[in-house]
Amino acid sequence: MVTGRGNGAARMVTIGVLALQGAVREHERMLDGLGVATRRVRVPSQLDGLDGLVLPGGESTAIARLARPSGLLTAIRDRIDAGFPVFGTCAGLILLADDVADPGGLVGLPTIGGLDVTVRRNAYGAQLASGEADVELSAGALVAAHDVGVALPRYEDRNGSVHPVGRDDRAVDEPSTMRGVFIRAPRIERVGAGVQVLGTREYEPVAIRSGAVFACTFHPEIVPDPALHALWLGGV
Amino acid sequence: MTDAAIQNRALVNTGLAEMLKGGVIMDVVTPEQARIAEEAGAVAVMALERVPADIRAQGGVARMSDPDLIDGIIKAVSIPVMAKARIGHFVEAQVLEALGVDYIDESEVLSPADYVNHIDKTAFRVPFVCGATNLGEALRRITEGASMIRSKGEAGTGDVSEAMRHLRTILGEIRALGAKSDDELFVAAKELAAPYELVRRVAKEGKLPVVLFVAGGVATPADAAMMMQLGADGVFVGSGIFKSGNPAERAKAIVEATTHYDDAARIAEVSRGLGEAMVGINVADVPAPHRLAERGW
Repeated sequence: MVTGRGNGAARMVTIGVLALQGAVREHERMLDGLGVATRRVRVPSQLDGLDGLVLPGGESTAIARLARPSGLLTAIRDRIDAGFPVFGTCAGLILLADDVADPGGLVGLPTIGGLDVTVRRNAYGAQLASGEADVELSAGALVAAHDVGVALPRYEDRNGSVHPVGRDDRAVDEPSTMRGVFIRAPRIERVGAGVQVLGTREYEPVAIRSGAVFACTFHPEIVPDPALHALWLGGV
Repeated sequence: MTDAAIQNRALVNTGLAEMLKGGVIMDVVTPEQARIAEEAGAVAVMALERVPADIRAQGGVARMSDPDLIDGIIKAVSIPVMAKARIGHFVEAQVLEALGVDYIDESEVLSPADYVNHIDKTAFRVPFVCGATNLGEALRRITEGASMIRSKGEAGTGDVSEAMRHLRTILGEIRALGAKSDDELFVAAKELAAPYELVRRVAKEGKLPVVLFVAGGVATPADAAMMMQLGADGVFVGSGIFKSGNPAERAKAIVEATTHYDDAARIAEVSRGLGEAMVGINVADVPAPHRLAERGW
């Protein structure tokens, strides 16, 4: 159970995971560990009643192609415009970006948009250029998230213990690091005025947020560090 | 490359396979076919010179593809590109790594280069997918460094029965391991001819430590959906698409059926008007020496 805003009563939260293709199971496992219920989303009607939606890593071209017949991505965009919380990782970020440089196979396919950034797909190169790198989570961004009314990024595990986000020694008012797994990752080449940088890799933005929409270029779902998931859930 | 640097590849390499889950990987022989596959929603393409049905029909020694062909396909698409090396042919694998492919398939579809040893895949930075007909074979390939497993099926036949048999065997053996007591796992490891630690992990987690796709004989949307319902993480389609009457539509339909595998009405819808499926060969009619799945051990 995620703690609600401030010290208010805890409530049951149900998060959708876009399940057309990709690392669906990993996000479900992460969300389950944070004590929230999940539901797989393949068609627009499955968005009803959700408190938020995760867009997993996968192949953005395949996901956009599979979503087209039902208009699912447009339905997600309509909800984002109404304040619906969404968290996109890797391919999920590409689908959320307003501008995709070098879109390749995405040309002509509707995506979601709504996040004022420019991303470049496979910007580091082929799989041989994939790798792990430290992501610096910025203290300022986390504190700012708190200041604008996002609940303290703490979560309660299944045993009822409350943890701060990520490792136990991480505090919201100090910068900290998380392990980033970058797999044929996109790069964020431009960040719009309303977009906050939450995390950087060698000074480049790799985790961002704009209101209730969070996104990152790496895969927090495949390492045991729920920092970003918990931070995002804090605002759900 | 130091050992440590290669060790650190494990998560990015198994991770790439995780990102392909729920998707379809298609055999392509030209950049044009690769673009058709990408437009249809393939999550990756397998670049090769001849699809398995042609290898089977034409005979002779089947080898790694010409680097020019692989380069052309890499340039044509934005999705991952895989390519095949012969079983045990570590220099073909080195060449494919140098070409910058995203995944190497150490494949029984090509003629084996070594009838004793498989490639030591731990010596590479690029990830490998390998075929398996049973759990022991899958675990031996993982021990050698494979980051992804596919059931072998019988490539180039369009007959799904062997894919079915191999997937059921692997998943059934995993379920059987889960029913064993701790002290029975030592003998299970001996019988599977696989390392005890890996066997114990599979018994505990109830799944392979890497992604399990299915391959070899999938030719229709219903074939693909059946494999997903049985518990495959995704599907390889070889000859089934570009040896059929309407490759672009069939490719799209198989992609849709793989995602919506539990929605029979949807599978019915996408199965309409696809034209002829590949003609196919019944596996029972293929003489044993010509069965590709028996290559590799």
